[in-house]
Amino acid sequence: MGYKKKLLVTVFGAFAAAGSMQVQAEPSAAMLANTCAGCHGTDGKSVGPASPNLAGMSEAYFIDTMLAFKSGDRQSTIMGRIAKGYTEGQIESMAGFFASKPVYMASQKLDAKQAKAGAKSYDKACSKCHDENGGLPDDDSGILAGQWLPYLQYSMEDFAGGHRDQPKKMKKAVKKLSDDELQAVLTFFASQK
Amino acid sequence: MKDFSRRSFIKIAGGAAAATAVGFPAILNAAGSKKVVVVGGGVGGATAAKYIRMADSSIDVTLIEPNTEYYTCFLSNEVLGGSREMSSIRVGYDGLRAHGVNVVHDMVTTIDGGKVKTAGGKTFEYDRCVVAPGISFKNNIEGYDEAAQEAMPHAWKAGPQTVNLRKQLTAMKDGDVFVIAPPPNPFRCPPGPYERACQVAGYLKKHKPKSKVLILDKKDKFSKMGLFTQAFDRHYKGLIEFVPAKASGGGVASVDAGAGTLKLGNGDTVKAGVANVIPAQQAGTVALKNGLATKGWCPIDGKTFESTLVPNVHVIGDASVAKPLPKSGYAANSEAKVCAAAIVDLLNGREPGAPSLVNTCYSVAADGDAFSVAMVYDLKNGKLSKVKGSGGLTPKDSSMATRAREQQYAYSWFENIKRDSWG
Repeated sequence: MGYKKKLLVTVFGAFAAAGSMQVQAEPSAAMLANTCAGCHGTDGKSVGPASPNLAGMSEAYFIDTMLAFKSGDRQSTIMGRIAKGYTEGQIESMAGFFASKPVYMASQKLDAKQAKAGAKSYDKACSKCHDENGGLPDDDSGILAGQWLPYLQYSMEDFAGGHRDQPKKMKKAVKKLSDDELQAVLTFFASQK
Repeated sequence: MKDFSRRSFIKIAGGAAAATAVGFPAILNAAGSKKVVVVGGGVGGATAAKYIRMADSSIDVTLIEPNTEYYTCFLSNEVLGGSREMSSIRVGYDGLRAHGVNVVHDMVTTIDGGKVKTAGGKTFEYDRCVVAPGISFKNNIEGYDEAAQEAMPHAWKAGPQTVNLRKQLTAMKDGDVFVIAPPPNPFRCPPGPYERACQVAGYLKKHKPKSKVLILDKKDKFSKMGLFTQAFDRHYKGLIEFVPAKASGGGVASVDAGAGTLKLGNGDTVKAGVANVIPAQQAGTVALKNGLATKGWCPIDGKTFESTLVPNVHVIGDASVAKPLPKSGYAANSEAKVCAAAIVDLLNGREPGAPSLVNTCYSVAADGDAFSVAMVYDLKNGKLSKVKGSGGLTPKDSSMATRAREQQYAYSWFENIKRDSWG
């Protein structure tokens, strides 16, 4: 290869490299969110038995949760390791994707008697903040209606064990419930369709 | 009968030829629309077909797979251990059909110049072809011929081999040795042989306490080694023995299936009650035969998973060289989505977007003790890369409560990835 040609190739190569450096475009919201589906179901509709549905979750709740996983404020088995792989902007992008999907309520085998009993405890302790039987994708709370029961149970264990920040109001409300009542109300949430 | 079906094929083909004005052999997928042919109906192929249809239902997608049912390799070790039935790892293709995928049960022979041809004599045109053939086996162990595969099943493709190995395990005499001979790198499901050792040992503990699992490895180190070593010690003390390659002269060199013996590189001979011999691996045969592989595996462009050897053909899953992603089910699912998005973009005249991928892999070491490895990947300067700071293993000192949750999340992953991939 002659000197001139070599130079040309080098210069051209440098331009190409510079060009590709500039094109560090962000993955699309769907591209990011679809990677969650292996555990949380297509479009965030989990078929269980334990990973939560993400479909229809509010953007604010999704973002808060992912950032808490990322910082370690919320303890987890695997989500902390995964959340660390995303920037805040990417998390916002995923949040928008899941918020745009209709709320999905899972169909699961539950103790109908317990679910019925849980309705009373719901009225007593939870209904003020978790509107519409826990089905409203409100800013600061996840969707509890039709959520997988093991996930709801893990969440309460984490609150009780101090592994996850619990709002003061909620702490007070949960105290009013016996263990049986608490299990019943979780079953009530899970049973929503 | 053969002649009859051949004749009716020609008749149908003739009709199609008249309608589309193409010559014989007729093209069996729709004329007019953009066409994608997916070769292989495992995790990668199924996911790609579904996600292309989800993103753009105007694209004609044909998936060609010889089998009418697929058995997932993941969690097949629980079938060996006895805690799971074959029916729970079986999936069909109706879910994909519901997404409008044209599922054809046939064996692809050639992929060339925009056409895929099958052993059944059919031809399908493509604008883009996705090849997801999984793995095939190399002849790295002397004497491991077809008969030996039955006597000493690899069970590294779930299905009849899984059933065979399970039968051999349950029929084994208490006191006999269950040998697992894992392959050298790279291979499908790096933690698989060691999860298998745990699942088999769990069965032995209950039913054949005088027996043990002997791992005769081609390697000195393996995936999740710290966590597995902990599990061997915690649950299966004296029931699992790991022999690294350096201690055996490189693991199993040859087998005598008739005698039930395995000869190691150092000349020692081991008598097995049951031998699970897993050969070295390479890309699936259809990829090798169609010029998609160099050194046994298929190089790809990490942005689109398009082959760097054959234009307009994409390779995903275990067959592709997608380092640093492992050859896992989750990786195949994630790669398929990148590939699907890129194909939809390309067929619509758009530049493919930036990829993002995840791998999550659970191992169930015992009931109540599962652990995972996870990682997020992106493209940096044209190369698939780990996102710094992300991923890693379940901590070795994590509580048993955490391990029990990981098991439930493993089962959630299993149900969700089946549904996400096959519809």
